[in-house]
Amino acid sequence: MERKIRVLIAKPGLDGHDRGAKVVARALRDAGMEVIYTGLRQTAEMIADAALQEDVDAVGLSILSGAHMSLVPRVLELLRQNGQETVPVFVGGIIPEADAKKLLETGVCAVYGPGAPTSKTIEDIRQAVEGKACPAQ
Amino acid sequence: MSSAINNQVNLLLNGDRAALARVLTEVENDTPTGRHALDVLFAQTGRAHVLGVTGAPGTGKSSLVNQLAYLYRHPAGSEPAQRVAIIAVDPSSPFSGGAILGDRIRMRDLAGDPGVFIRSMASRGAMGGLAHKTLEFAQVFDAAGFDVVIVETVGAGQAEVEIASLAHTVLVVETPGLGDDIQAIKAGILEIADILVVNKADLPGAEKAVHALRAMLELARPGCMYAGEHVLGTSIEPAIANQQNGWSVPVVPAIAVQPGGTEQLFQEVQKHLDYLRVSGEWQLREQDRLQRMLFETVRDTLEARWRVIVPEQKLQHVLEDVKKRHLSIHEAVQILLPNETKL
Repeated sequence: MERKIRVLIAKPGLDGHDRGAKVVARALRDAGMEVIYTGLRQTAEMIADAALQEDVDAVGLSILSGAHMSLVPRVLELLRQNGQETVPVFVGGIIPEADAKKLLETGVCAVYGPGAPTSKTIEDIRQAVEGKACPAQ
Repeated sequence: MSSAINNQVNLLLNGDRAALARVLTEVENDTPTGRHALDVLFAQTGRAHVLGVTGAPGTGKSSLVNQLAYLYRHPAGSEPAQRVAIIAVDPSSPFSGGAILGDRIRMRDLAGDPGVFIRSMASRGAMGGLAHKTLEFAQVFDAAGFDVVIVETVGAGQAEVEIASLAHTVLVVETPGLGDDIQAIKAGILEIADILVVNKADLPGAEKAVHALRAMLELARPGCMYAGEHVLGTSIEPAIANQQNGWSVPVVPAIAVQPGGTEQLFQEVQKHLDYLRVSGEWQLREQDRLQRMLFETVRDTLEARWRVIVPEQKLQHVLEDVKKRHLSIHEAVQILLPNETKL
């Protein structure tokens, strides 16, 4: 049987705009992936804990609050502490280019802004999980 | 590889959550590693109280599970807190095979508690409200030392009754306004309940729903009700014993999103556990479950062996004849699996 890709989609921080996260979750579902959706207002600890229990192949974070520079590194650090440093992390939201660059340097696999096609995200996740390589920037 | 998996299993038995999560993945994907892990862990199983929670979509199953797990973790008085594992099953898409597993959304009160482990599971085409490996997941949690394993089924309709063969205690969750009293006497999901829950009991119509369900239970033992009402002259017990001797299925109102809204339900679950232990029903259900697992595995194994020995060409040939209606299914089986076949 083909191994199912399991992805955690989480919204860290305090903004309540979850449409983007839902659109991505739905697109991944339609691409045959199993999406664990955590809902709004998650702390980095909750996200890392869920990623561990669910043994996911990838983590997607949706952030529109502007707090990405503090939330994302914290999630990466906790994943590392849990021995899940090889799990690729994807970030979507309103992320200025300079911040996106820094996030990629700290170990994020890819960053998506408004208007990014979901087909690209699907392809990138597949690549990262199966080929163990993040998309070339 | 074998030593690697033994290492994982040892870590799991020592409470390592990452190892537990990885073993579950192997089991879910039915890998040789996963099967080996189940073999090793089997001797440690048979202790956990398996609680099944089922009911229609949107009746509040996840919220109830959240509250019940919380009460296990924060018991009243001097009772020790129990370790709780939750298996939350959601449906896979029949078209893409993908799934959205959203039960964790309602379980945020349990986040960060090392005594709780939540695992979401996609049904992956299995019918009956569970996934193919839900039972095996319960075994892994059992072996890992969890005292209680709560299994939340797919939002179930009328016929998803698989949970009854897995759980020691089955909660069927209803809400006000789900149907009239004829819905309540239909066969199926209501029959498997050890406890009937009317959730969202703060909504209008809750009392009516409780009454309809109690009336349904009374219909199951009309003689008993008659004696209670007219001969003995006493008021009848609200819950009348159903087919299982000695246990009266209670109808319990609950409000999963209100503090204290599930305490009565929690107490009924404890009562049912006591009943299982005292009456010997625990052993009966255990034996039932193991027998079923054995028979299912024998069937799957025989089928796999048969697939190996049956010549592909012959199979295609017979299949063609069946399609043309030259052979019935039973005649085809006689050809493909004659009585002298050694499997």
